[in-house]
Amino acid sequence: MNTVRVLVGTKKGAFILTSDGKRKRWNVRGPHFPGWEIYHVKGSALEPDRLYASQTSSWFGQVIPRSDDGGKTWHPPGSNPEELMSPDGMPKGESNKFAYEGPVGTHKWYDGTQHPWEFKRVWHLEPSLTDPDTVYAGVEDAALFKTADGGRTWQELPGLRSAKGHLWQPGAGGMGLHTILLDPRDPNRIFIAISAAGAFRTDDGGQTWKPVNRGLKSQYELPDPEAEVGHCVHRIAMHASRPGVLFMQKHWDVMRTDDAGESWREVSGNLPSDFGFPIEVHAHEPETIYVVPIKSDSEHFPPDGKLRVYRSRTGGNEWEALTKGLPQRDCYVNVLRDAMAVDALDPCGVYFGTTGGQVYASADSGDTWDPIVRDLPAVLSVEVQTLP
Amino acid sequence: MIRVVLPFHLRTLARVDGDLQLEVESPATVRSVLDALEARHPVLRGTIRDHITRRRRPFVRFYACQEDLSLEPPETRVPDAVVSGAEPFLIVGAMAGG
Repeated sequence: MNTVRVLVGTKKGAFILTSDGKRKRWNVRGPHFPGWEIYHVKGSALEPDRLYASQTSSWFGQVIPRSDDGGKTWHPPGSNPEELMSPDGMPKGESNKFAYEGPVGTHKWYDGTQHPWEFKRVWHLEPSLTDPDTVYAGVEDAALFKTADGGRTWQELPGLRSAKGHLWQPGAGGMGLHTILLDPRDPNRIFIAISAAGAFRTDDGGQTWKPVNRGLKSQYELPDPEAEVGHCVHRIAMHASRPGVLFMQKHWDVMRTDDAGESWREVSGNLPSDFGFPIEVHAHEPETIYVVPIKSDSEHFPPDGKLRVYRSRTGGNEWEALTKGLPQRDCYVNVLRDAMAVDALDPCGVYFGTTGGQVYASADSGDTWDPIVRDLPAVLSVEVQTLP
Repeated sequence: MIRVVLPFHLRTLARVDGDLQLEVESPATVRSVLDALEARHPVLRGTIRDHITRRRRPFVRFYACQEDLSLEPPETRVPDAVVSGAEPFLIVGAMAGG
């Protein structure tokens, strides 16, 4: 029988939740890295026991630990002196070094002036689909980094910041690169998204990038309806069988593109609020998508104190509320952009974590929900692995 | 031998218990103590000083013999009592966060 492993990053450590394919009884392991903010944990699709984590602290900066045994033990790659010794005998210590390439440059600041790029933390780690030693890292201030040696060293792909980077501006939560989608059919095509710059695509493996934001409307923040960058994209999701079809939860509006981002159209339909953070696609039904509506950008909690996942089986526009097992009164948590994921079983499992420390799971595509755990630190990210 | 005391999270990261004993060439300065520490434990590079600027991270402080050395130039010599091992060189995570 399959095993499901849920990788949870929280404000105070990482947790690993495991179950058999029934997804009823869960084993909770953790906290790993207690006291550190764990923005994201993700495993390689090629070597599922190879996990990478973003471990970060306002005091001590960034660490990228790696596990080669499914999260039982962790080490920062290159954590012993021999592994990191340079030819002249000096320690390199580069597994947590994220240095922007070339002149650091500037981006737009909150007051409209230009502000130098400063590395703050890694928001998202995306292991390659073809090589377990290759991982992409989305960072704040927004840039894309890549390791090709299992996390020992990281290099920026600077072409991204050439895509009008001087016009990018941080959102309230910082200027983070939070979404990295690898096209399973074309290794040279990658989509990324940044708050608040928008969505971008490369078709040459990351050397050059172009904004793909046509159709996004941000009328108060960006009065110019043709603005190429500056859009506050919260999350993008893709189904592996249709990499040209993307679904987006924007600051306001749920959007869809059928042409790899060349044009977007709104599919918010009958949602009670089109504000929210995560968006996910069903593992086996590419037209079935999930969002968690949040009341507004001023009140980051569910409308009416009811935690409801909304599902569309028509690729948007028509949405149904999923409530069974979720609190329907006095609930004022948020669900952050990287805190929702699906497994690959049939029926598809759907998972999300809240800022209140609950991780909810549905083993029936969202029809019913149960909490796996209720009292973790605020959940920053949720990823799921389906293991043989 | 110079004794260095790390804050909890850096002890965990470096996988050490208690004080560290470091051999540091004379004259020992704040910079040479940190260089020796990072040479012994490369995983600590970037956690105390910024990788690029080599400046102290804002929420990390240095103390020795009840003196705050955090704002002193890196070439400042550490006190004799630290050089002799009688007193430790303290690396402290600042109390911050309210």
